[in-house]
Amino acid sequence: MLLINAGYLSQQDILSGIQQYVLDTVYQLFTWSDGFFRFDASVLPPDDAITIRLDLENIIMEGSRHVQEWEQLQDEIPNLSMALNFVERPGANIRDVNLTVEEWKVVSYINPKNSIKQIAKANKMNDLEIRRIVYGLLQAGLIEIVRPDGMPLPRHAQQVPPVDRKKQTSLVNRLIDRVRSL
Amino acid sequence: MQTVKMVVTGPFNSGKTAFICSVSEIDVVSTERKISSEAERVKETTTVAMDFGRITVDDDLVLYLFGTPGQKRFDFMWEILSEGMLGFIVMVDSARPETFREARGILQTFRAYAPTPYVVAANKQDADDAWEVDDLRIALKLDEKVKMLPCVATDRDSVKNVLLELLYSILEEMKE
Repeated sequence: MLLINAGYLSQQDILSGIQQYVLDTVYQLFTWSDGFFRFDASVLPPDDAITIRLDLENIIMEGSRHVQEWEQLQDEIPNLSMALNFVERPGANIRDVNLTVEEWKVVSYINPKNSIKQIAKANKMNDLEIRRIVYGLLQAGLIEIVRPDGMPLPRHAQQVPPVDRKKQTSLVNRLIDRVRSL
Repeated sequence: MQTVKMVVTGPFNSGKTAFICSVSEIDVVSTERKISSEAERVKETTTVAMDFGRITVDDDLVLYLFGTPGQKRFDFMWEILSEGMLGFIVMVDSARPETFREARGILQTFRAYAPTPYVVAANKQDADDAWEVDDLRIALKLDEKVKMLPCVATDRDSVKNVLLELLYSILEEMKE
């Protein structure tokens, strides 16, 4: 009320903000594959609550679209613990590319030391938002996904190949001979 | 007895099980289940955990081939299966462009798991509507250095060629 009286906000600003907040929450719920919920059909909001009007059909359609996008982004970027690095492309300069403010914020943190999750946290972005931006940058061929600096290699990467190069070469040659003879 | 492992990965119905069956000296230990999802019902069964094939090299050395489950909801198995691999093969169904994007995602994921050599097998090249290997390379945005090989997973010679190319890549990397 103070903000409205001071002219910083209009009633419409507040309603729009609440509407967006509710929609974001509902769209987030669409991505749940399982979980518990309770629906109280007879419970009405308290009198002092600000209520908003929402078109249910639009929400369902938009929610379904969000789910599809979410699944696609998860396919593209399954692991947010990975880091990002700029692709080495002579002649390509990121300064020549048109990026949104949000994309620039992400770009400023791109470094093999920072995981995607850390970049999201630094920019106060949720998983969907950061995946969307990273996907766009990947599609533009500007960045690639890399293992973060300092992240221990998985056990297999430490075990293989064997340390002795001579033995290792001999082993592969034996495999080649065997496969040829199949 | 020393054992080495190669992983055969790729999207759902890209031919991983057929690939392993073509060269394995044992009946592939396959964990196929009937498909529950209508969207993925382009075949009757799918691999839910892993395929497992074997090629005995000699008394001291055995090569194991592991196929990853193709359906997305089993992707938690990927990292487990990639443990200890010498290299990996990404199978792509050349006749199903709608799966190319997923194949690229799988490739990137496996590259992140381990810095081991890999090749891409453009499977089902015998299908009428199969994409040309060069076109597939563009669609998958593959670097020219990455080996992209034509393949028919049901044909033993074709599968042998893919395995050999992967082994040559491993050998080359050792020399570097």
